[in-house]
Amino acid sequence: MSLLRLDAISLRFGGLTAVDGVSFTVEPGEIFTMIGPNGAGKTSIFNMISRFYQPSGGRIFFEDVEITQLPPYKIAQLGVARTFQNIELFDNATVLANLLVGRHRHRRTGVLEDILFLPKVRAAEYADRLRVEEVIEFLDLQRYRDQLIASLPYGVRKVCELARALCTEPKILLLDEPSSGLNVEETDDMVYWINDIRSELGITVLMVEHDMTLVNRVSDRVLALDYGRVVALGAPQDVARDPNVIAAYLGPEGTV
Amino acid sequence: MRPIFQTDYGQDIRLFRHSGYLWSYGVLLLLVLLAPFVIGSYLQSQIVFVFIYAIVGVGLLILAGFAGQVSLGHAAFLAIGAYTAGYMQRHGVPFLVYLPLSVVLTGAVGALVGFPALRLAGIYLVIATIAFGFIMEEVAARWESVTNGNDGMRIKQIELFGFTLSRDGYSFYYLCLGFLVLVLILALNLLRSPTGRAFIAIRDSETAAQSIGVNLSVYKVMAFSISAAMTGLAGCLYAHKMSFISPEMFTLLLSLEFVIVILIGGVGSLHGAVLGSIFVVMVDPFLSYLKDDLPRVIGEMARSFGVANPGALQDTLSAIGGAAGLKGAIYGLIIIVFIIFEPYGLYGRWLKIRLYFELFPLYKKATFRRQKTYVKSERYR
Amino acid sequence: MLDFIQQLVGGIALGCVYGLIALGFVLIYKATEVVNFAQGDLMMLGGFFAYGFIDQLGFNYWIGFLCAVIAMAAFGSLVERVIVRPILGYPQFSIVMVTIGLGFALRAIVGMIWGTDDLRIDTPFSSGVMHVGKLVIAHDKLSVIVATVLLCGVLWLYFNKTRMGIAMQATSQNMLGAYYMGIPVKRVFSLIWAISAAVAGFAGVLLAPIAFIHTNIGFLGLKAFPAAVLGGFGSIPGALVGGLVIGVAETLSGFYLPEGFKDVAAYILLLVVLMVRPAGLFGLNLRKKV
Repeated sequence: MSLLRLDAISLRFGGLTAVDGVSFTVEPGEIFTMIGPNGAGKTSIFNMISRFYQPSGGRIFFEDVEITQLPPYKIAQLGVARTFQNIELFDNATVLANLLVGRHRHRRTGVLEDILFLPKVRAAEYADRLRVEEVIEFLDLQRYRDQLIASLPYGVRKVCELARALCTEPKILLLDEPSSGLNVEETDDMVYWINDIRSELGITVLMVEHDMTLVNRVSDRVLALDYGRVVALGAPQDVARDPNVIAAYLGPEGTV
Repeated sequence: MRPIFQTDYGQDIRLFRHSGYLWSYGVLLLLVLLAPFVIGSYLQSQIVFVFIYAIVGVGLLILAGFAGQVSLGHAAFLAIGAYTAGYMQRHGVPFLVYLPLSVVLTGAVGALVGFPALRLAGIYLVIATIAFGFIMEEVAARWESVTNGNDGMRIKQIELFGFTLSRDGYSFYYLCLGFLVLVLILALNLLRSPTGRAFIAIRDSETAAQSIGVNLSVYKVMAFSISAAMTGLAGCLYAHKMSFISPEMFTLLLSLEFVIVILIGGVGSLHGAVLGSIFVVMVDPFLSYLKDDLPRVIGEMARSFGVANPGALQDTLSAIGGAAGLKGAIYGLIIIVFIIFEPYGLYGRWLKIRLYFELFPLYKKATFRRQKTYVKSERYR
Repeated sequence: MLDFIQQLVGGIALGCVYGLIALGFVLIYKATEVVNFAQGDLMMLGGFFAYGFIDQLGFNYWIGFLCAVIAMAAFGSLVERVIVRPILGYPQFSIVMVTIGLGFALRAIVGMIWGTDDLRIDTPFSSGVMHVGKLVIAHDKLSVIVATVLLCGVLWLYFNKTRMGIAMQATSQNMLGAYYMGIPVKRVFSLIWAISAAVAGFAGVLLAPIAFIHTNIGFLGLKAFPAAVLGGFGSIPGALVGGLVIGVAETLSGFYLPEGFKDVAAYILLLVVLMVRPAGLFGLNLRKKV
């Protein structure tokens, strides 16, 4: 059983076809990367999986359950977490508060119990804080714990967004351009973290990425997209040598 | 400044950071408890209004400050609470029953209002709440079988366990104070709980909130409902305090006063609701002081300094102070001045003063200076 | 049937006034994303300026009209410079409250200067009626309709055919970007407030023969809100259409429906439209791209 399956997904905005009949599967425990020039439809596919866009055709299955019609918040509750290309953190809260919100999926208390702050709520708060601290430990965010997001540099914010996604304890993590805006050292850290996410935390990773060194170091399989269509699918080295992929990035042969 | 050593997760959850707070709030509570025996009955009456407005302020703060749904129609919820109390009382329902009933009923109406509000954002939501306020005002005037229409409704004193709580007496004062403290504690609990964090998530980024599993509809409706319920409680108390309610008491101007409460007090914290309501309720006594007492005081000071023609000075000051509409002018000017110079409100100013003394002499004036921001379209939030 | 048309004309005239105020809202919103809750009070101020020029200083009606509009433009610039510019970049909520505060202050100060009695000015349209068949159309209503149409035409040309109009739209969407492109952002803001205040003043003077000049006229501005929202807050023709819809709905419901509906008709209509189209009739439903 594959963890995530996309079946002939397409997305049309009026006359513009952003995604055209894309199908692929993501197996549990693998690191799967989507590459392609800008405008190829990679983030649109992410948005369809997280249900911010409605596919114009095709179906999406998560753990063999169809999710094509579910509202976005239900997707998170099934175990899909994502980060965003333009960081969507809660700017006026501390890092800790952001991460604690990430535990929302595991709530066991209702609003009335919260208002009365029963011992059950206090125990749940302690448990959540413990799990959040584990994620902070994993990503080395200790010294930023109590700082407001608005005062943090861009690289740290990206890590915070990753941390928040991890706090939801997902089964699959959708990373949208994790290394954009990061310098070489931070990208190196990202490589280690993505590998650790898979090996230590057992989370499957689906990435969109432009940095080919990162892609080659980390991915199990790569999907190349161009103009909304699948151009190649396979191991990173094979996809890099595929003539269609080269044509998509560099132009057809004879014009270089 | 006291250094706090973190040894326990509980420290972050606790209501009071360290025992110093317990002392200061304790002293404040003591002062407020003893106040009615010391100050005159006029001031005591005004302080009861401060309590009632503060309860509404907390409710509005939860909705607008923490969940990000701005409402300029809260006078309507106050009206619903007040009229429920009046109607039930007229039919002989005891206080202990109709008080929770007005809370629950107003909360239910709040939830109903929350549903259509789900699809609206920004300025459209504000105007929809204004529209709601106007419609409710008209309903109160037309639904004569329940509300007695424009003739208004008389509210009798509270009958509790055989005692009559007069609206000017000590017991009513303590009752309102008790409810305010209760509402504050409930709000604080809400904010340190997962529900409160979900509210803040909705305010700051709806997309991110959805992506971590927050069901926007449920939480927005919940925010409206809780806010309305608190305002309904205040409405019931308001009805008893005024002893007479009529539709023209619940206008847009009253809703604006509530918003001014949280804006001047400071939108980010519960202290703001209390400080802001002190400000709003005290404007009237302050203005009558300006009109009656201040010209006299200045006139006498002028006389003692030998200024020529002190009587004319006193008369002009009196004339300005007595001009109709001075209240509006001062209100307007204070709002403008506060927002331009004191965006964090009264509570913000208090924090700055406290920080000054804590850091003395190392306080830097630029600590709170706003970073120059360029206007970015809020339509693309 | 005759009654219906009579009421309709009255509704259209009222709608034109609402439309003009709504136009003022939309102009400022399109350029600066500020919702100016004091627009109705600016209209009131325009009426009082006209009174001052025509009755107190004895100018001729048309000259007084012109002076009032120019005075309002200057006042609008002043308000922008002193009150609005310091708070650009603050959350929208705060800016809205500042304009509400401005409204309070304006009402009170005008009341202190000119008193709170109803005032009248003598206009060439105050009396006189036009007969179209059996229809009787008062000149004051007709003047409102004609003047509004003319003004809207002029404004439409200005915003769609000149560079300033496009510059104004650019500043509202991304101020920093507008600076980089060489748009004189501060001058754009001043200009937009000046135009908006002038339009409000224009409406105030036109309204003078129909309603008296009184500090509470500003509350008409509250009715213009549903008009602007109906039209979808970003659209100039939308504001006018919204105004007409509200004006006609209000007048007709005052005539045909039981008492009390007249005042809330506008708001009920507004809520119904917002339920179906959350961004107003002509508004754009924008979403953030993530």
